[in-house]
Amino acid sequence: MLDRHEIFEKHGWLLSIGILVAVSIGGLVEIAPLFYLESTIEEVDGVRPYSPLELAGRNIYVREGCYTCHSQMVRPLRDEVERYGHYSLAAESMYDHPFQWGSKRTGPDLARLGGKYSDEWHRQHMIDPRSLVPESVMPPYKLLAERALDYRQIENDLKANRMVGVPYTDEMIENAKADLEAQVDPFSDNYDALLARYPKAQIRDFDANPREITEMDALIAYMQVLGTMVDFSTYEAEENYR
Amino acid sequence: MKNNVHRERGLGNDGAFIAAFLGLGTLFWLFVAGRAQDGMMAFHAYIFIFAFITGLFSLLFYATGEKPENETGYVTSVVKAGVFASVFWGIAGFLVGVIIAFQLAFPDLLYFENAPWTSFGRLRPLHTSAVIFAFGGNVLIATSFYVVQRTCKARLAGGLAPWFVFWGYNLFIVIAATGYLIGVTQSKEYAEPEWYADLWLTIVWVVYLFVFLGTIWRRKEPHIYVANWFYLSFIVTIAMLHVVNNLAIPVSLAGSKSYSAFAGVQDALTQWWYAHNAVGFFLTTGFLAIMYYFIPKKAERPIYSYRLSIVHFWSLIFIYIWAGPHHLHYTALPEWAQTLGMTFSIMLWMPSWGGMINGLMTLSGAWDKLRTDPVLRMMVVSVAFYGMSTFEGPLMSVRKVNALSHYTDWTIGHVHSGALGWVGYISFGALYCLVPWLWKRKDLYSRGLVEWHFWISTVGILLYIASMWVSGIMQGLMWRAYNEFGFLQHSFVETVAAMHPYYIIRATGGSLFLIGALIMAYNLWRTARGDVYTPKTKTIDTASAVPAE
Repeated sequence: MLDRHEIFEKHGWLLSIGILVAVSIGGLVEIAPLFYLESTIEEVDGVRPYSPLELAGRNIYVREGCYTCHSQMVRPLRDEVERYGHYSLAAESMYDHPFQWGSKRTGPDLARLGGKYSDEWHRQHMIDPRSLVPESVMPPYKLLAERALDYRQIENDLKANRMVGVPYTDEMIENAKADLEAQVDPFSDNYDALLARYPKAQIRDFDANPREITEMDALIAYMQVLGTMVDFSTYEAEENYR
Repeated sequence: MKNNVHRERGLGNDGAFIAAFLGLGTLFWLFVAGRAQDGMMAFHAYIFIFAFITGLFSLLFYATGEKPENETGYVTSVVKAGVFASVFWGIAGFLVGVIIAFQLAFPDLLYFENAPWTSFGRLRPLHTSAVIFAFGGNVLIATSFYVVQRTCKARLAGGLAPWFVFWGYNLFIVIAATGYLIGVTQSKEYAEPEWYADLWLTIVWVVYLFVFLGTIWRRKEPHIYVANWFYLSFIVTIAMLHVVNNLAIPVSLAGSKSYSAFAGVQDALTQWWYAHNAVGFFLTTGFLAIMYYFIPKKAERPIYSYRLSIVHFWSLIFIYIWAGPHHLHYTALPEWAQTLGMTFSIMLWMPSWGGMINGLMTLSGAWDKLRTDPVLRMMVVSVAFYGMSTFEGPLMSVRKVNALSHYTDWTIGHVHSGALGWVGYISFGALYCLVPWLWKRKDLYSRGLVEWHFWISTVGILLYIASMWVSGIMQGLMWRAYNEFGFLQHSFVETVAAMHPYYIIRATGGSLFLIGALIMAYNLWRTARGDVYTPKTKTIDTASAVPAE
């Protein structure tokens, strides 16, 4: 048997192919089915693509590497469900490119953060975390409140997301800039159109600074939508056991 | 003869090809720089342009100058450059690690609200990429170029291509590292560089594969030596993982931002398939290749078992690739995938220990050398750490254990017992071997300094992993603790506060490891210069006895 191994030891290309075959099988068996097994993602009501402002906020979350300390994945364990809320569903991150489940909780899980704290709490906490939580080890993000959000290309962001499978409509892409601006202005004419496109979107001046749309606006809009989309009153957990 | 004359002055096909490539690349990046959608992309375009033009000028000097390298012997110059880069990036990566460790211990002192690049979220990927890809990658490229030549009895293939691999890879590191600081990241763990850096690495990596295979094809030995199987599996598999996990759609061809091709649960498993096998094939098979060359060489003993090499090689690479889902226990990943991942992770224990046994038992009949040769001792301790962390890994992949350990510092401690103990020590051992061999010195500048390095950093590793065990398990238990009324006993922030002493111990351990590496750098530098340490004795200096005139 081991004598047969000689053929690999004498032909570099055969060794390479042998290696490639050996390392391909596991991935094919484990990953490929996730793309076609329908049970992978639960049937739920309420999950929609991020509004342009939420998406811009998510990009700041990604840019700052928040995943290095915060998870977004509540496990179905008693203490986690009691601490954070309903365990996370696959459907809740089905439009997340990339996923931000994280692997470390130096800070708490954020999957169900939306609605837990006020906008003002978030603003203050971002500017100086230890002014609200003295024991915190989080870095300060004061500059987010001072930097104008760059959303000149926001419709291209939606287009790129559509190319990877997020169901943004032509209408959503055309109105991306207007929707982004409308979400921080409760008195805008675009109010109803925005809500029609992004049901239950929260519309207000998130950073209490009406003069400009800052990165803080976008990030808080994202924080406040986290984990709030699924309507758990209509969710049938048993039907989605797998 | 005519061909030789041409080769004396001029570039040859390899050089001409690289020059053409760099020229086209410069034009491409000039185009991007002119249309850049964001400042980050413009900044990176200028780095590329600067690097490519520098490359073109180097080729010009090469074409017109004398060829210093012996054209028939082994190529050593690029290996020397790799040794230098390894030590440089190692110290840089350890230093950033120490900084972020202290940030978590003393957040008020080490965060600067007006300098966003100093935040933990941006520095942590800098640390992980610097140690894994910059330090580890340069060690692997340098040692593979060295080992493949010796074990094939053939000169490195590709002419100037190995230099392209070396500089191209280090350019990738610079792009990645500066990107994290200015906020260019995909935020996929250990795959943070954005799409254009990924494409660049793909080009470099394909050239690397062909240099390596090309050298194997030139070999004068009938058999491909076992270390080269491991190097080859590292190169081939990393190419596959890198390409698949980084599939993404850029927002604009002149912008830094991209969106991953996959979302949610599929993205999660693709990512952890990648990341776990970055451990498996970058940090394991690559460094096992180092073990399979340097330990037998240093111990002057053949490898313990040829049969074990074959069995553990194929089983290791086959099983490793399945283990990714153990990073996603109890998540929204379907349970069947979690169970498969756990099963294969436990099975992985056996081929891992097969490698450890093969490495350790190679010392049969040469154990006495552990007393006299601190470099060999470092490598043997490294294999012992490999055995320890590949036992701990399967343990943590058990779902019930993972329920406690996941999201805590236990994982961080586990990674560092492998990274500092196994990867760090086997690399240091290889560097301590390579410098005297490459610079043709009889021995290191000082073996005593190797002893100091060994003991200081061993104490550092122990402080590190012990503190992370305690803090990780404590935090996991505090999260799930209930009081007598059936309520959660601790708020989250109480568990953060409880970490404080352990974060200080961890940062101290990391500092000791850094100090050890600095001692190594000094020792290697003096060795390369050709110095030999002579202890000062207390005999009377005759020169001072001469009276003044």
